[in-house]
Amino acid sequence: MSASAMVGRRDFIRTGAAIGGGLLVSLYAPPLLDGTGGAVAAEGKDFAVNAFVRIGADESVTVIAAHSEMGQGVYTSLPMLLNEELQADWSKIRVEAAPVDKAYNHPVFGMQMTGGSTTSPAEWERYRKMGATARMMLVEAAATKWGVDAASCKVEKGVVIHTATNKRATYGSLADAAAKLTPPANVPLKNPKDFTLVGKPTRRLDTPSKTNGTAQFGLDVIVPGMLTAVVARPPVFGGKVAKVDAREALKVPGVKAVEQVPSGVAVIAEHFWPAKLGREKLKIDWDLGPNAGLSTEKMLRDFSEMSSKPGAIAKKSGDPDAALKTAAKTITAEYDVPYLAHAMMEPLNCVVDLRADSCEIWTGTQFETVDRASAAQVAGLPPEKVQIHTTLLGGGFGRRANPNSDFVVEAVHVAKAAKAPVKVVWTREDDVRGGWYRPMWHDRFAAGLDANGDPIAWTHTIVGQSIMQGTLFEAFTIKDGIDSTSVEGAADVLYGFPNLQVDLHTPKIGVPVQWWRSVGHSHTGFSVEAFFDEVAHAGGKDPYELRKKLLANQPRMRAVLELAAQKANWGSKLPPGVGRGIATHFSFDSYVAQVVEASVEKGAVKVHRVVCAVDCGLVINPDTVRAQMEGGIIFGLTAALKTEITLKDGRVEQSNFHDYQMLRMFESPEIEVHIVPSTESPTGVGEPGVPPVAPALANAIFAATGKRVRRLPIRGSDLA
Amino acid sequence: MTSFQVNGKPVQVDVDPTTPLLWVLRDSLEMTGTKFGCGMALCGACTVHLDGKAIRSCVAPVSRVEGKRVTTIEGLSANLTHPLQRAWIELDVPQCGYCQSGQIMSAAILLAENPKPTDKDIDEAMGGNICRCGTYQRIRKAIHKAAELASEGRTK
Repeated sequence: MSASAMVGRRDFIRTGAAIGGGLLVSLYAPPLLDGTGGAVAAEGKDFAVNAFVRIGADESVTVIAAHSEMGQGVYTSLPMLLNEELQADWSKIRVEAAPVDKAYNHPVFGMQMTGGSTTSPAEWERYRKMGATARMMLVEAAATKWGVDAASCKVEKGVVIHTATNKRATYGSLADAAAKLTPPANVPLKNPKDFTLVGKPTRRLDTPSKTNGTAQFGLDVIVPGMLTAVVARPPVFGGKVAKVDAREALKVPGVKAVEQVPSGVAVIAEHFWPAKLGREKLKIDWDLGPNAGLSTEKMLRDFSEMSSKPGAIAKKSGDPDAALKTAAKTITAEYDVPYLAHAMMEPLNCVVDLRADSCEIWTGTQFETVDRASAAQVAGLPPEKVQIHTTLLGGGFGRRANPNSDFVVEAVHVAKAAKAPVKVVWTREDDVRGGWYRPMWHDRFAAGLDANGDPIAWTHTIVGQSIMQGTLFEAFTIKDGIDSTSVEGAADVLYGFPNLQVDLHTPKIGVPVQWWRSVGHSHTGFSVEAFFDEVAHAGGKDPYELRKKLLANQPRMRAVLELAAQKANWGSKLPPGVGRGIATHFSFDSYVAQVVEASVEKGAVKVHRVVCAVDCGLVINPDTVRAQMEGGIIFGLTAALKTEITLKDGRVEQSNFHDYQMLRMFESPEIEVHIVPSTESPTGVGEPGVPPVAPALANAIFAATGKRVRRLPIRGSDLA
Repeated sequence: MTSFQVNGKPVQVDVDPTTPLLWVLRDSLEMTGTKFGCGMALCGACTVHLDGKAIRSCVAPVSRVEGKRVTTIEGLSANLTHPLQRAWIELDVPQCGYCQSGQIMSAAILLAENPKPTDKDIDEAMGGNICRCGTYQRIRKAIHKAAELASEGRTK
């Protein structure tokens, strides 16, 4: 979900500004925090000018990141925004994760979290304001000290200079005095054309630590006296422990205890290895519950059958039924995509130190506010007594923003039972089989073409579980039975179809589902753009030209499409056997078009090249935008070519990277990213690279072989 | 008791000899730069050097390293000066960074054995290392860059 999807497109800008402005006032009510450390007083010699920046007597400048770093580069882009205005010496900038505090709530979502590709759009103004405020206070402190007018001072690389007398004072020497001043009421910001840092390719601040083993992820946290636990969870979603025989497990040297927790049976040991060996020795009788009959094969049939009748209307314009009847030609198709696990390289984990009156948690999370509230409930403590130390995330992709805080809640239960600090570690198998997947989806289309081959009707019936039902986002996202994230990218399709209907069936199935990088767009991007290609070919049109024509009223998408086509030499000759496919997709308020070149040899797909064009508004760090497009493309190709979670007798059939395979280096194409220069406000970057690549690939395969790909992952047998 | 060297220092650990080296490094020696990704030698996040060869420490029982030399990411260089580290920083390879210890350790052996690898050599040598963030293209470029930096170092 994008920020704008939550509050309505236009409102976003207004609300964002209003909430940002509102926060500005509350930000300065010191002390911000509740004595749990963090922003205010990590070191005696550091001064918090506000909740977002601390300046040390040693000239270090610590930017407090309200969002988690999971690879998307916010530990560099947030400091860039702040320092654009602060104008400290960039080489002195450090980053620290914010503690949990309402000061760090997401300006749009009103809770501390990272997701929806919203960090840049949401923080674009706040972090610059925080930097400007701090700079103004530092200048004022210097001016007061020198008895001069603040307006007669300037700032260069963390030094305040009184121009007339050439008096100089460093930020470090002024921070103490500045922190005591009242923040200015009016904080003017630079005109973007005067930016010196934002928009320039800037090296990531976290790279050195990620090349020498010092970067600390949740799994790397070691707390004195800490034990390690693994949990045996039911083999079927919703199952319960009926009976446990732990005698053999307890005989494993190093195993300290076996405890039943709501999610299963925890084996608590000195270290990971004995915990894992102990778990293998458990004898558990499971009460499998109502989901023991779930089967992907049956669900595929059920979904298809459901889609034969229209569902709840998500979007209707014109009279698509009448248009279909009068069309010169109609075509229909059905598409399927499977459940998908996020499969972050760092498996889930959580360290909990639970005491009588406090609970300290270390984990890589995207969902601090929710996790804290959930943990507090289990711990029986008020939320203020729970502190979360957000570590680096070894990948997130949505999984670490769990609506039930599953991995945190479980760890608090285990800590309660362990009566010692404990790290709960998920194995890869636990992660792959642990649920909270991208839902499986079925998409049924019909299109009507006029005598010229132009589409005059487009109907799209979607079948799949709601990810928002039962979450705290439900009120914002589900209206009249339509989960907006189920139909995003379909109901708001940018192409100008004169008669359009998008409807939705939302079956309830006992498989836990969740947002997964690019959310609903991960299926609508594929199905809409692949079917569009079918429509173009049915009408005898070039798929690029038809897109261009139907984007006449969408100048930004049209420009992106043209750029991608131009850079990919659309229409030029390719080597024999190689096909070219194109797709566009609008998501997270960003416009992306991609062209894929691919061939099929002996049933194996080879992706040669991907050209990507993106318009994400004003760019903060161009290299990060490139990296996110590159990564999104590999993520999308992995879904297109490799991964599926399937169920048989209620059990997940996959378990590790041998049967839930990731794209590897030798399979990854050359990727070119072209960024459209823009002065519009920044929009999402972490997710929009994902949706267009699967359809562009499917369309390239059609161009190369004449075979239509209508289900993912692509199987050699579908291409034979 | 198992005795071996880690990054040039002798260590002794008293664990079940079947315990994988990965967990000895991470849990007993508290050296957490080497990562756990799959436990089945499928992803390469746990790659370390054993007497100059790349191994997946998640499936190597600690008994196998008795008397041998282990090098981990922490021991690659004292201060980020290894050509791979310099290249990784110059090209901003990592995203989440979790797999990168293993990527770099695999690449280090490739360069030691083949100082001027082709794209194909790189693809073959790095096929056992997964990056979920999709940094493959940058890793490939960074290995070429590191090869260049290393050859400059040798000719100086």
